[in-house]
Amino acid sequence: MNPAALEKIYDLLAAAIDALPPEEEAAFLARLALVLANEIDDIEVVKTAIKTALVRPGE
Amino acid sequence: MRPANRTNSLYFDAPQYAFQPPPEMDGRGSMHAVVIVGAGPVGLTAALELARHGTASVVIDTKDSISEGSRAICIARHSIECLQQLGIEQRFVDKALPWMHGTSYYRDQPVYRLAMPHGEHERFHPMYNLQQQYIEQFLIDSAQAQPLIDLRWCSRLVDLAQHDAHVSLQVATPAGSYTLESQYVLAADGARSAVREALGLRLAGEAYEGRYIIADVKMRSAYPTERRAFFDPTSNPGLTILVHKQPDDIWRIDYQLDAHDDETDAVREDRIRERVGSIIDMLGEQLSWELEWWSLYKAYTLALDDYRCGRTLFIGDAAHLVPIFGVRGLNSGFADAMNAGWKLAAVLNDDAPEALLDSYSPERRGATLEVFRNAARSTRFMTPPTRGSARMREAVLGLSIHHEFTRALIDPRQSEPYTYVDSTLTSYRHRDAEFKAGPRAGASLKNCRVGDDCFLLDHLGRGYTLLYFSEGGKVPDALLQAMTGMTVCSATARLLVVSAQPPERTAATWIEDPAGAITQAHGARHGSVYLIRPDRHVAARWLRFEATELAHAFAGSLARRTGSPGMANDR
Repeated sequence: MNPAALEKIYDLLAAAIDALPPEEEAAFLARLALVLANEIDDIEVVKTAIKTALVRPGE
Repeated sequence: MRPANRTNSLYFDAPQYAFQPPPEMDGRGSMHAVVIVGAGPVGLTAALELARHGTASVVIDTKDSISEGSRAICIARHSIECLQQLGIEQRFVDKALPWMHGTSYYRDQPVYRLAMPHGEHERFHPMYNLQQQYIEQFLIDSAQAQPLIDLRWCSRLVDLAQHDAHVSLQVATPAGSYTLESQYVLAADGARSAVREALGLRLAGEAYEGRYIIADVKMRSAYPTERRAFFDPTSNPGLTILVHKQPDDIWRIDYQLDAHDDETDAVREDRIRERVGSIIDMLGEQLSWELEWWSLYKAYTLALDDYRCGRTLFIGDAAHLVPIFGVRGLNSGFADAMNAGWKLAAVLNDDAPEALLDSYSPERRGATLEVFRNAARSTRFMTPPTRGSARMREAVLGLSIHHEFTRALIDPRQSEPYTYVDSTLTSYRHRDAEFKAGPRAGASLKNCRVGDDCFLLDHLGRGYTLLYFSEGGKVPDALLQAMTGMTVCSATARLLVVSAQPPERTAATWIEDPAGAITQAHGARHGSVYLIRPDRHVAARWLRFEATELAHAFAGSLARRTGSPGMANDR
């Protein structure tokens, strides 16, 4: 993905999170993950993405 | 601010400048061409640019010395090239520390490597670190050696009134007040501009949440000169820190304050020592250090709606305030000074109508707005203003430890010279569009290598320049003829002939291009021509030389009415 598009997504997600109460943030991100997984429609790609995102800074 | 036990700098002996009663206080006042309010780096650069074009100026400043602290420390390549045009870059280059890289860390791990464009074909490095005291000192020394510049210290602007044909300024000095009269004024008096106040103008824009402490310390470290940024380091959780090396073993440390930090508490010497100490520990060098200076900094993107108000042009911080992270404050100021300088000189010399000054604000304010777009983004990254942006930054930084795809978002977007593509002084855009490479109409000429220790900008004069790409050194008579009228501020246009063979039948400067590399870099072929303004921006370019259009483009770049249908349609 080109940096300008990624930047735009960064802004959209930041604005979406800001629009929610803090306690609903995790539920929103889980719904978003399912919507995107459905769009991707490839379980192996989603599995790799989950592994990638699970790595915490410092690990 | 300085440590309580010390009044002097650890490395810089600030000179004292004495007040000298001006002729006005003797009843020998006269109408000056230009008064520049503010003897900071931007005002002095403008004075030197005016002097280069033969225009005298009076520079007034409240202070009697050089302000404390390193403040604006990063001089971009484009600014060094401005200083080269003034013929004074060598002292800067000799003293400053050049750099081109940076590293960003997240929780102590490197996540982004900044590499600024640089290569064999460049004379100067992309960036130079130099304390502002030195920048000012070198400019003052040059201004003092220039008979066309009348530098007046301890002279405070009290009031200013604009009239039809002149401006009158009330100046307060230790020996009393006097009135200074001038055809034009350059306001270079910084963030709290007295000129702006006197004219009832206000800056408009945004203030950001982030507050930073900027501190200078003296320590010996062999660490190379590069920009280091630390996000959320484990030793100082939550903090964002920037570290820069400067000459004389002075290091600049900028760190963010927490939202709940009290400002008066945060600038107390013991608090500064504690924080700076823990940051130096974090850098992992067992070094002794001495505290030199510190200050509180807040990020703004603020600008005047119009940088021209009648006979007054605003340059530098008096016109715009930008966040420091993009290193565009002083660098924009240099470009403002050069832009305002040659235009004012051309108008005062009757080479251009006053309408030329109308182009100053669109060109330079356009540059500011571009800076704002980049600076707003880098400032929001340095200091996320909301929960959502903090969450997203955390995600980007975390992923960047192992993944490439998010790293571009950490790019600090350092200063890039702005192009005047949309300026009314830039013309024949359909001709420009025919080129496949090279600086486009409105952009500044690249300082490309043309010999062993020889670069394109070394050959520019102080007036207009024509870059002609020739076959076998032949130069059309029509080009030489068109050039005869292109004199500005008594500087005739200079012809640079790029070709494999020396130019025939003319005393033009030969840019030897045996392999055609320079021709290629400019997207040119035999018969192509670039018209370059005194500030080295391309006014127009033609793949095939057109004598009539060249004359119109020259006139248009000076805001002279040309009545050329080609140009009118073009805009």
